[in-house]
Amino acid sequence: MYKLRATILKDLLILTRDKVGLLCMFAMPIILAIVITALQNSTFELVNDNKVPLLLCNKDAGDASRQLVKAIEKVGIFNLKQVVANQTEQQISDRMHAKDALIAIIIPAKFSSQLNLKAKNVSGKALNEFGMDADTVHLPVDPIESITLLYHPVLQENFRQSIKGALRSALQLVETKEVLKNLYFSLNEKALPESLENDILNNQVKINEIPISRDGSRKIPNATQHNIPAWTIFAMFFVVISLGSSVVKEKLNGSFTRLKTLPTNYFLSLLSKQITYLVVTLAQAAVIFAIGIWLFPLMGLPRLNLPSDMAGLLLVALICGWCAVSFAICIGVFAQTQEQANGVGAVSIVLLAAIGGLLVPSFAMPDSFRTIIKLSPLHWCLEAFYGLFLEGGKLKDILINILPLFAITVFLQLIALVGLKRKNLI
Amino acid sequence: MIPNAISIHNLSFRYPGSATNCFHQLNLQVAVGERFGIFGPNGAGKTTLMNCMTGLLPFKEGTIELLGNPINQNKNSINRLFGFVPQDFSFYHELSPVENLAFFGAWSGMKKAAIKRRTEELLEILDLADVKDKPVQKFSGGMKRKVNLAIGVIHNPSILFLDEPTVGVDIQTRTAIISYLKMLNSNGTTLVYTSHQLNEAEELCDQIALINNGKIIAHNSIDLLLAEHDARGLESLFISLTGKKYSDPDV
Repeated sequence: MYKLRATILKDLLILTRDKVGLLCMFAMPIILAIVITALQNSTFELVNDNKVPLLLCNKDAGDASRQLVKAIEKVGIFNLKQVVANQTEQQISDRMHAKDALIAIIIPAKFSSQLNLKAKNVSGKALNEFGMDADTVHLPVDPIESITLLYHPVLQENFRQSIKGALRSALQLVETKEVLKNLYFSLNEKALPESLENDILNNQVKINEIPISRDGSRKIPNATQHNIPAWTIFAMFFVVISLGSSVVKEKLNGSFTRLKTLPTNYFLSLLSKQITYLVVTLAQAAVIFAIGIWLFPLMGLPRLNLPSDMAGLLLVALICGWCAVSFAICIGVFAQTQEQANGVGAVSIVLLAAIGGLLVPSFAMPDSFRTIIKLSPLHWCLEAFYGLFLEGGKLKDILINILPLFAITVFLQLIALVGLKRKNLI
Repeated sequence: MIPNAISIHNLSFRYPGSATNCFHQLNLQVAVGERFGIFGPNGAGKTTLMNCMTGLLPFKEGTIELLGNPINQNKNSINRLFGFVPQDFSFYHELSPVENLAFFGAWSGMKKAAIKRRTEELLEILDLADVKDKPVQKFSGGMKRKVNLAIGVIHNPSILFLDEPTVGVDIQTRTAIISYLKMLNSNGTTLVYTSHQLNEAEELCDQIALINNGKIIAHNSIDLLLAEHDARGLESLFISLTGKKYSDPDV
């Protein structure tokens, strides 16, 4: 036991004197967690709370275009800036380049008349279907000129699609209203009463959003709940920089040779490194969680809510840490130089994080990645953490993620041992 | 009958992938309490022989016994018998001499109190007491050599293997190291030493073996070898036995 204590003390002393390694293991993931959560949170807020600046150029003087402008305002996510009708597309683009707005809508000059004609035609067809005569069905109908949506290229695809969806819904509202008005006029020869118009159009079925959870809680997940587990895993696996190069350094500087001539098995050194760095990974998790709980609210970011199953959280953190340590030892055993260990270690973690769903959500990945994703230990770590943090699950609910992670960890340990044996190091 | 410190019988060794044997049927005995030097040109097999004797290189043919115990059996008790001072600085540069000695002492099977006592003794003898708590990476080459040596003898081994223990040090450090090694030997430790410093070897060793191409070409006390080959010193003996031409099979 004294040998193990002395070895752990040695590893701890070396670790605490490696300032760059400590910086990589603690400061970098903390900065990443703060920056990415802040950025992602502002995107959430942009969609939910803040309004997107939108330039609107209405070249049409008709009623339908005015209704469309009202409908767009009602969507609630835009901050409308009207521009004069005679502005050209180029002038509007110039304003957008000056970051006056990221999107702009140009309503064409004949929008109302064309829409009205189309609505008359549709309502006439409807009346004919009911067996009633309607002259409007024979009216010549030109295709309605498109509404132009200009967008700044910095606008991301998914964001653009949601804006487009909101506009389409506003447009559909105006089109439906026009058809209704025409139908009503054809049947009653008077204008659709405003009260009826509101009843018909405003009584839309509400969508009740409920995040599913295993514990019955209905807390809406925020950027912190998503990011803190992901970057904690990233931090844990980044011990490869310190631990991987520590193993290589020991091999290269000759201390390995001396250790082999001493009456102690090298397994003890491996055990010590695993215990030391497992403690480091748990400390990383504790520090990052603490930042999420106490520092984030002070920075105006959502607070991290810890899962109810704390024993489950500790077990997941332990297995994730052990897997990270096993991976780092593997890299250290096979790398020939410290540069190799650092380079291969860092790049492989970024790759495993990418295919593991830390950088891009796994549900958004192509089908061809569905098998590869399962090979990344970071994927199973993330699934286990999300099971606790987002789904409110208990340990039994995430066993399905812990078991593959455990299997990968054992496999990495075996690979490291085979590598040490083949290199005559044990 | 007192066993030899080292007994090598019919040792044959070949590196994996090599076509030729490094040693073939090599025999060597080193008596307890000797100061034994192994010399030879580069690539002669000195370090390989030392690595076989310390169990670093596993061999398939022949036997090596340390104080009557086969080197490849019961490694834990065998490894307590000897100390090894490699040519490389084999310690943790981030740690101080005290921290290094504490760790290597524990791995040598010593208890905490014994390590503390022996550390204080070694730091005093090797003149490292003033820098005992400073990281070794800030030390000069000579001081690092002393730390390397201190770690090798922390557990008071019966046999001490030294691979070029004074390479790259100044004359003062060399003198200090050599006098400490003589003191160790006078207390009963058998020294097995390799070096290219033949004048140093003349000062330290009482028995030597010359190796060339994996064979022992001479083995006796320095005085007898010099007389036998009518040589004025180890250098002329070395050249007369191994030839003047430079050879290094690794190149």
